Amino acid sequence: MSDQADQRAGEPQALPRRRFLKDAAGVAGGAGLLALGVGLHARQAGALPATALRPPGALPEADFLAACVRCGLCVRDCPYDTLKLAQLGDGVPVGTPCFNARSIPCEMCEDIPCVPACPTGALDRALTDIEEARMGLAVLIDQETCLNYLGLRCDVCYRVCPVIDKAITLEMIHNPRSDRHAMFLPTVHSDHCTGCGKCEQACVLPGESAIKVLPTHLAKGSTAEHYLKGWVEREAHGRSLIGDQVELPVRGMEGQAYGDTRLRPDAPPPAGDTRPYAPGGLDSGWKP
Amino acid sequence: MEAVSAAPQPISTRATAVRATVQRPGVDAVREKGWWRASKWLLARRLTQFGILAVFLIGPWFGVWIVKGNLSSSLTLEILPLTDVFLLAQMLAAGQWPYREALLGGGIVLAFYLLVGGRTFCSWVCPVNLVTDAAAWLRRRLGLKGGKKPSAHTRYWLLAFVLVAAAVTGTLAWEWVNPVSMLHRGLIFGFGLAWGIVLAVFLYDLFIASRGWCGHLCPMGACYSLLGRVALARVSADKRRLCDDCMDCFAVCPEPQVIRPALKAAGQDHPLILDPNCTTCGRCVDVCSKDVFRITTRFDRSES
Repeated sequence: MSDQADQRAGEPQALPRRRFLKDAAGVAGGAGLLALGVGLHARQAGALPATALRPPGALPEADFLAACVRCGLCVRDCPYDTLKLAQLGDGVPVGTPCFNARSIPCEMCEDIPCVPACPTGALDRALTDIEEARMGLAVLIDQETCLNYLGLRCDVCYRVCPVIDKAITLEMIHNPRSDRHAMFLPTVHSDHCTGCGKCEQACVLPGESAIKVLPTHLAKGSTAEHYLKGWVEREAHGRSLIGDQVELPVRGMEGQAYGDTRLRPDAPPPAGDTRPYAPGGLDSGWKP
Repeated sequence: MEAVSAAPQPISTRATAVRATVQRPGVDAVREKGWWRASKWLLARRLTQFGILAVFLIGPWFGVWIVKGNLSSSLTLEILPLTDVFLLAQMLAAGQWPYREALLGGGIVLAFYLLVGGRTFCSWVCPVNLVTDAAAWLRRRLGLKGGKKPSAHTRYWLLAFVLVAAAVTGTLAWEWVNPVSMLHRGLIFGFGLAWGIVLAVFLYDLFIASRGWCGHLCPMGACYSLLGRVALARVSADKRRLCDDCMDCFAVCPEPQVIRPALKAAGQDHPLILDPNCTTCGRCVDVCSKDVFRITTRFDRSES
């Protein structure tokens, strides 16, 4: 009450001052709300769709969104028109560079021209060897439609891989369907896959590819750090950490060496691979 | 030491400007000076705006690469880097330290606009100026009045909050909606739905707030306003004694509150418009049939 009385009795500036404070509070509040909305929207919409891949050398996504000024200089220096700037409505943070491996994959230029083009460091110049790039990780995502998994010899993803025999290998296993053929399964190795997407683009399936490059955090499980791999430990220490296994006699095979499970040990050993876990699992005994 | 004590006056200045809204400012000037002389600075400005757009566009359109990139950051003739200071400020607020190219480019841009005047970016370079000028022209022609104008200080608050949002979210949050970078990038790299945001700015300026975007909200313009304190290029009302109070300059000026101190000697003696919000667009020079205004330097306080 006394404040009000003072103001009324006091200088006429009191009213403009109060009005100014009210206006300033309104303006600041409005601007703050707008900025807050934009900030929240940016956070929420910041998740990159799994099919949008960043250029080689891109910082981790959170840092990338802080460093990229969306100028498109990397796009301009990409000789294969792989990189595009995302447009509003694409689902990718607007104006940031990305590529879709199924349409135009990264050709893994040796001089990586997009990286030095970046003025802000959103693309890290520490990347000088394109084979060290990790734009994502290829995953053979559909084993039901992949022709190699059907027992055919498509091999196209393997053949086009720029890091062939390291990033993608063909693992031969027995074909249980025919029980007499092999299957050559394209297998991706994260140690060498750069995520360039050549395999995804080349996959011969008419629509979606059976092999897809995904962001690494989606493509890989985390390592089971708490689990000691016995075979690794044995190699490192020269012996098993848990000591030798107890050898229990197997009834009916007492005369045979431990691990020898042949029913007729007198018979001559079969020709070829005699390792107990030779590729193929089932062995029908059929020979061509 | 000129104390620009315009603070107590803005409301009355704005009221004067609103009253002065005339549909066709510059008609007298065209009659007296001829169309060319009454459109000199407007033509120069449009030529600059389209010229800058053109050097960015002949690369992607015709394969002649003079300038690569866009206004956010560009590389001219493979040697000259230029980086927008507002984007650089956001980036630093978001906690990223850029490479030398971006810092150098930002430094060049900063030095240029400190020298010439920050808001010259708005009137001579920014592509949104074409949009908001069109909205202002249409609003005058249609005689649209009213609407709700936010305080002209909103832009500074917005600028502060944009930087806070960048720091808190760790991303260039404003670039999700920034119509300025979006329009320029859209013209060069493809729009997507960005035209919707540009249309929103146009409609906002047309129906809701006269000169609302550039003069009251745009935090990028606010950032460049902050660079306008020591600008060399300034408008002077050096023949203000000839002023016949036709109000044409108030009607065309995108920041009409800057005129009165110089023209009517309100709070200052000299005829220079030193308000950092003056965009030095030169439109007042064009539309004045008495040639009251001219563009000069901030040291030229002569009156004639």
